[in-house]
Amino acid sequence: MIVLLIGGVFPRIVSAQHAYINISDPFLRKSPVAVPDFKLLGGQDAGGDLAREARTVLVNALEFTGYIKVLEKASYIEQPAVTGISRAEVNFKNWTVVGAELLVTGGVVISGDGVQLKLRLFDTFTERLLVGKVYSGQTDDIRRMVHRFCSEISFHLTGKRGVFASRLAFVSTVKKNKEIFVCDFDGYRPKQVTRLNSITLSPSWSSDGQYLAYTSYVKGNPDLYIKNLKQKQGTSVRFKGVNITPDWVPGQFALAATLSYSGDQEIYLLTGKGKIIKRLTKSWGIDVSPEFSPDGKKIAFVSKRAGTPQIFIKDLETETVRRLTFQGRYNTSPAWSPDGDKIVYVGVVKGEINIYIIGIDGTGPVQLTRNAGDNEDPSWSPDGSLITFTSTREGVSRIFLMTATGGEQRRLLLMAGAQTGSEWSQGNENN
Amino acid sequence: MKKRLLMNLTVALMVLGLVFTVSCAKKPVMSEAPTGVVVDQSAADAAAAEAEALAKQRAMEEAQLKADALKEAQLKDAEFAKKAAAERRFQSQDIHFDYDSSELSPMSKTLLKEKALWLEENTNVLVSIEGHCDDRGTTEYNLALGERRAISAKQFLVNLGISESRLVTISYGEERPLALEATEAAWAKNRRAHFVVK
Repeated sequence: MIVLLIGGVFPRIVSAQHAYINISDPFLRKSPVAVPDFKLLGGQDAGGDLAREARTVLVNALEFTGYIKVLEKASYIEQPAVTGISRAEVNFKNWTVVGAELLVTGGVVISGDGVQLKLRLFDTFTERLLVGKVYSGQTDDIRRMVHRFCSEISFHLTGKRGVFASRLAFVSTVKKNKEIFVCDFDGYRPKQVTRLNSITLSPSWSSDGQYLAYTSYVKGNPDLYIKNLKQKQGTSVRFKGVNITPDWVPGQFALAATLSYSGDQEIYLLTGKGKIIKRLTKSWGIDVSPEFSPDGKKIAFVSKRAGTPQIFIKDLETETVRRLTFQGRYNTSPAWSPDGDKIVYVGVVKGEINIYIIGIDGTGPVQLTRNAGDNEDPSWSPDGSLITFTSTREGVSRIFLMTATGGEQRRLLLMAGAQTGSEWSQGNENN
Repeated sequence: MKKRLLMNLTVALMVLGLVFTVSCAKKPVMSEAPTGVVVDQSAADAAAAEAEALAKQRAMEEAQLKADALKEAQLKDAEFAKKAAAERRFQSQDIHFDYDSSELSPMSKTLLKEKALWLEENTNVLVSIEGHCDDRGTTEYNLALGERRAISAKQFLVNLGISESRLVTISYGEERPLALEATEAAWAKNRRAHFVVK
């Protein structure tokens, strides 16, 4: 796929000089966006389906974010598909009057088996072009092209590229076994990546999205596997005892995991080749589920050193350890927010398993799920706007999605079997 | 076991051999009887009767032998069954844990003592101790907890004198529940250490 940024065509691109939307604001007002039908350029009649598909993908992706509201098409006064999609052809009053603060126009050019998408984002009040892009590719690249533009919109609104280039790894049951799958950020195109006919758990992405680490019983014992997804090769860590709960060091080919070969469970730092670099915890009993801070300088982890499972934070530079969670008798599965200031985790209270969020300074905690089955495995989207988790609220365990403040809880994908252990990748364009 | 079986067989063969030897020894007497040219009918009758009696005796002895062998086999079967039952009990009696606990209850300790006795009697046996959890916790933590449970059981057996080299532990976390219902009874059943003879 070739992406062209044609500055000359859109001379009035301006740099963002506004305050970004704070996507972790619980009282966030969604930005109202109008997305009228895309225009068929080049005069031909063919491509109507593609134009409709591209618009649908765009609308779904924007709605997915949780911070954009796409206004109902029926309320639109103007039809850029007829009158034109460029700034000169848009009458912005027609858009402010229906409540749109932003306007996306799209044009589709079919050439042979290729397709060109011309997408623009306008501020309807200042009447300025915020983003203009032209994407070229094959007709089956439509999703990727539109999602790239969504990353641009997201970047403009929030200062972050958003979720559109990221993927999810998760575990699903297949014939009584558990295997690892990956899918797009929106649950599309689920694909099975392990065929081990065994129990396989805890997938973790490397920062570059090239590697998955996970635990599998394929050779009888819970061992750690580090696999390059494209080259289909990798290494294993198979000490006596458990070799579990991997988490990659941000930006490095190294990871932390719990090993118990010494007779006690401790968290170790390993190279991407599975060699032990050093031990990170020194405490008798359970130490499990390491999770690096986004800067890689700290780890959150679960320890039973205080008698009940609680979340602790270790500063890897000063070697100091402090307890983060004090409410409740069972707090596990920490996941560090991409901003680094919050941790989402699982708390079990009176047998009910729910997702909670707590500030790194201990503020909160706030309960995000309630009265809706067991809720586990929280994971942040790379922009910090969304949290996936697994829930049994529909019976069998499935992957769900909510905003970072617990809003708009919805199922991410519907497929056979039971799904657990979802984990977002960083947003990598080369995924 | 095998040695004893062999010995029993040897004894049985020896007894059979004796029976045959006895019958052979009587034969020369029989051949001496018809001295005249004309075979004495009464003598022939007597010989036949004697042969019949011998055959009867032989059959009786054989039946006795068979019965003895059967009894022996039954005894052995019973012994074998008893052993098998002990092994079955060793493997089927799980020890159970409280929620989020890897501590051994008095009941668990009693069961572990019984298991230690069995392990002492069966010195060539290797055992895998599986640690399991109920699903009212999180997957990763339960992998860790399951291992703590298996290790608790193993350590108790080691303290009772069972060689550490005969015992391996494996955690299945909440991946292999015995009971699938969401009831206290089902959860309690799933929070267990399970013993498998390798």
